[in-house]
Amino acid sequence: MNDSGLPSINQPPAESGHHPLEPYLRMDRIPHIWCSTCGLGTVLNSFLTAVKNSGIRREDIAVVSGIGCTGRAAGYVNLDSFHTTHGRAIPFAAGLKLANPRLKVVVISGDGDLIAIGGNHFIHAARRNMDLAVICVNNFNYAMTGGQFGPTTPLTARTTTAPYGSYEHPFNLPFLAESCGATYVARWTALHVRHLTAAIREILSRRGFGFIEVISPCPTVYARRNRLGSGLDLLEFYRDNSDVRNGADTRECAIGFQERLIVGKFVDIEKPTFTDTMNASLAESVGKDYVPYQGPMEPEADIGHESTKDASGTDKT
Amino acid sequence: MNAAVLTGSHYWDGDYACAEGAIAAGCRFMAGYPITPSTEVAERLAERFPLVGGIFVQMEDELASMAAILGAAWAGTKAMTVTSGPGFSLMQENIGLGVMTETPCVVVNVQRGGPSTGLPTLTGQQDMMQARWGSHGDYEIIALCPCSPQECFDLTITAFNLSEQYRLPVLLMMDECVGHMTEKVVVPEPDKIKVRPRRWYRGPKENYHPYLPDKDLVPPMVRAGDDYRFHITGLTHDERGYPVINAACQHLCVTRLVEKVRRNVDDIVILDERDTEDAEVVVVSYGISYRVATRAIALARAQGIKVGSLRLVTVWPFPEKRIAELARKVKCMVMPEINLGQVFLELDRVAGCHCHTRLVPHCGGWVHDPQDILAAIVEGAKADVR
Repeated sequence: MNDSGLPSINQPPAESGHHPLEPYLRMDRIPHIWCSTCGLGTVLNSFLTAVKNSGIRREDIAVVSGIGCTGRAAGYVNLDSFHTTHGRAIPFAAGLKLANPRLKVVVISGDGDLIAIGGNHFIHAARRNMDLAVICVNNFNYAMTGGQFGPTTPLTARTTTAPYGSYEHPFNLPFLAESCGATYVARWTALHVRHLTAAIREILSRRGFGFIEVISPCPTVYARRNRLGSGLDLLEFYRDNSDVRNGADTRECAIGFQERLIVGKFVDIEKPTFTDTMNASLAESVGKDYVPYQGPMEPEADIGHESTKDASGTDKT
Repeated sequence: MNAAVLTGSHYWDGDYACAEGAIAAGCRFMAGYPITPSTEVAERLAERFPLVGGIFVQMEDELASMAAILGAAWAGTKAMTVTSGPGFSLMQENIGLGVMTETPCVVVNVQRGGPSTGLPTLTGQQDMMQARWGSHGDYEIIALCPCSPQECFDLTITAFNLSEQYRLPVLLMMDECVGHMTEKVVVPEPDKIKVRPRRWYRGPKENYHPYLPDKDLVPPMVRAGDDYRFHITGLTHDERGYPVINAACQHLCVTRLVEKVRRNVDDIVILDERDTEDAEVVVVSYGISYRVATRAIALARAQGIKVGSLRLVTVWPFPEKRIAELARKVKCMVMPEINLGQVFLELDRVAGCHCHTRLVPHCGGWVHDPQDILAAIVEGAKADVR
C-alpha cells in the first residue's frame, strides 16, 4: 500500500501465482477481445481494483454496459452483469437499481453508446440524479464499428466517416454532465491509473449520479487513422499534456484535437436522488397511505404456488 | 383505495382495468412514456402504485421505458410498460432484447390508427404484424387481445402469468375502443386470482447457468444481487450467457427460444368459440371487431345463415390447429380487422386451402359497420365448398 491507501500498481503478483483480481474476472472469458495497447484493460483493472478496495460485497454490485468495445466490459467482470442494447445501458440500469435499491449499479460504456445514441438517457438520468455510477470510456470514435466519428470526436480529427477531418463541434462531457445535474463529475485518462481507481472507488461509495470520463487510447482505428502512433504513444501524450485541475470550471474542459487536456475531479456535491425525492414527495402528499416500494419478490415467498396459466377464467378450447 | 386488489364491481374503462389487472398480478414496477390512447393506464398506475408499494417512472422515451422494465425484471420485480402504435415501434429493439435474454415482462399496446402519427385518438388494429415481427431476427411472441374492460383486467393477469411461465415479454394488444370503453368490471377476491410465480432456480449456486432450460425448454431464473454473478447479453449466447458468435450456437440458442413457444402452443392459446357446431361460415375476429361481428352474426342467423364465431383471445402464437380443423368443415371464414389485412394473412395461409376466406377491412378511425361484415357472411354462405 502507498500514501493513497490504494495498492501499488507495481505490487508483485499474489503468492498463489494468480492475478490478484482473478476473483473479480470471468477467467473463462479471458483473454478479452480488446486490442493491444487499448485503454480498456486499464479501465477494467482500475474498476475491479476499486471494487476490491471498496469493501462492497461482490453480490451487491451489478455492471451494465451498452454496445461497442467498452460495452464488452460487462462480459468480463465476475459480477451480475448485463450487456444490453446500443445506447440503453442507463435506462436498463435505472430499472435494475430502482427495483433493487440495495444494488450498487455501475454503467460502463463508451462515448458513442452513452452520449450519442444514449444521450437522451444520459441527460435525464443526470437530471433526476438517478443513483448510478457511470464510467464513460472516451476514445473519440466508434471503435468496434470501424472507427467512425462520434459526438466526442475532436474538430479536424480524421475517422472513417470523416475522411477529411471532423467538422462537428464535439461535446464537452464534464460540462454536459454537470449542467444536467450530475453530482459527481471527474475526468481522467488511461494513464492516470491511481487517480482513476480512486475516483471509481469514490463513486462506488457515494449516492447519486456519478460520472467519470476516461480518455482512452484507441490504437487500432482512431490513432492509426490520425497517425498518432500506438497506445503507448498516446499515453505519453497524456503524460505530457494533462493538466490536473481539481475543481476546474467544466465550461473550460472542452477537448481539441491533440490539445492539452484538463483532468481532475470537477464536481462533488450532495443532492437528493430520484428515490429520495420520490419517497419524500409521496410521503408528504399521500400521507399515511403511502406504501414505499417493498423491494423485489422473494424467491422463498412463493414456493408451491404453482397454478395453471389462466387467471381470467376465460373460455379455452 | 388502499388495497392491492379492489375486490368488487366497478365501472371502469379498459385502460383502468388493465392497470388494476397489473396490480392484481403482482406488478410493482411500471416505466412508460405518455401516448394516446394508452395514457390512462399510466395515469392510473401513477395514482395507485404509491398506495400498494409500486414504483411508477415516467421515462424520457419509449426506448428507455422498455429498457427499464427489463432491468427491473432482472432485479426480481414484475414489470410492465404501456404504449400505443408509434411508441410500440420505438420499443421493438428492446422487446428483442427481452426475447433474447428471456426476460418476463408485459408490454401493453393500446392500438390507434397508423402509420406514423396517424389517428392518435381513434381506433385501429394496425400493430398486429408489428407485434409478431416488429423486432429483428427469428422469434416467437405471445400476444393477447381483450375485447372488453373485464378482459383488460383478466388478460393483463394472464399476460403476466404467461410471461413468467415462458420467460418472455408478453404483449397485450388492446385497441382504443376497448381501452376507452367503460363497462362493468368484476374484480374477484385476491385468493381467487391465480398468479403464476416466477420460475426461481433452486439448485446449488455453483451449478447455476442462466440459460440451462428445464424440460419445457424454459430456464429457471435468479435475481440480480443474490451472488450468482450471472451474465446476460443480447448477443447469441451459450447456457452460461456467454457470447458465442457462430452458426452452431445461433442454431441452439434461437431454436430453443422459438421452440419453447411452439411446443407449448396448445397450452398458450386461448380461444372463444361460439355456435360453430353447425356453422357453414365462421367469423374470425379479435378485440373490438369481435363485438361488432357479434351484431353481424346475429343478423345473419336471423336470415337463417348458419354462422359461428371464433374469437382469437390469443393472436400470437396463431391458433393454427383449431382454425385448420374448422376450415375443413365450413364453406368460408370471414375476418373483420381494423386494418387492411394483417392477421388475415395468417388466416388465409392456414384456412385458404380448405375453405374460402374473406377479409372485411377497415382503415381505422372507427369500427366496422356490421352490415359490411354481414355482407361478407352472406357471400361466404353462397360460396361453393372448396
